[in-house]
Amino acid sequence: MMLNIYEFYDKMERNNIMLSFKGDITSELLTSVLQIMESKLDTLQEEPKIKKKVYNVLVECLQNLYHHLDEVSQENDKIRSAIFMIGKIDNSYNIITGNYIKNTNIESLKKRLEDINILTKEELKEYYKLVLNNGEMSMKGGGGLGMIDIARKTGQKLNFDFAPVDDKYSFFSLNIKISQ
Amino acid sequence: MEKISIEGTPKTPTITFDTGKGFLEIKGRSIPENSIEFYKPLVDWLEKYSSKPQSVTSVNIQLEYFNTSSSKCILDVFKKLEAINKGGSAVTINWYYEEDDEDMLEAGEDYQAIINVPFKMVQVAE
Repeated sequence: MMLNIYEFYDKMERNNIMLSFKGDITSELLTSVLQIMESKLDTLQEEPKIKKKVYNVLVECLQNLYHHLDEVSQENDKIRSAIFMIGKIDNSYNIITGNYIKNTNIESLKKRLEDINILTKEELKEYYKLVLNNGEMSMKGGGGLGMIDIARKTGQKLNFDFAPVDDKYSFFSLNIKISQ
Repeated sequence: MEKISIEGTPKTPTITFDTGKGFLEIKGRSIPENSIEFYKPLVDWLEKYSSKPQSVTSVNIQLEYFNTSSSKCILDVFKKLEAINKGGSAVTINWYYEEDDEDMLEAGEDYQAIINVPFKMVQVAE
């Protein structure tokens, strides 16, 4: 089978993708990607305010992937792999991530995201403080604050989807928009 | 009395803790994947310091970015400071934020609401 790389390129170009990656998510990769994105934001001469917001949200999105893959993927090499894309359309930045998730974990994640999505700005602030102060700390220090923080900083609903893969896995995607 | 420091990296802040002067500073970025590991030495130093603190303890938090993984560890640091404040050393936490950075100001206010230690919000120019 021959891949048509131009089709990929053209699709990404039309969606104004600035950077994309598919593969294993390592700490070193995240360091590099964050450095690249920071210099791109500088080159685009974004206001410090928007630059910080994009950077902060990107850190949370990518570290979500990192911690998630670390947790679930001992048994199957394919599911260590994930994808992310960062694009800019008009004045909004889009961060899209995708990763495999066990079907058995879908319900709890879906509920967690839906619970966040019904909260107002003030309620998110209170919820954040509650989880920060009382929440369990996972071994890696994640502790469930990431998604709340993303919703709070972007001021938008978390846009997500689960695409069925087989009887064991689905592909979870998260599409985060940061408007100026 | 000793002076302890950790050199900053692109993902972790510079930490200076001068126990003789009762001065602690955390400055830079705090976005490591594993924050617990990074903050453990500081929490241990504070534990040690709390047995014989200076009469006044001044703390500067000047972070450009921090991730949610760090936010729990920073709370642990503040809880140690809360205990030190209760134990007789007058603690002040100076929370620095750049003038347009509402997210960083709000993050400081979140801690202020949780921790029973005087906070001072300090605005700095970009």
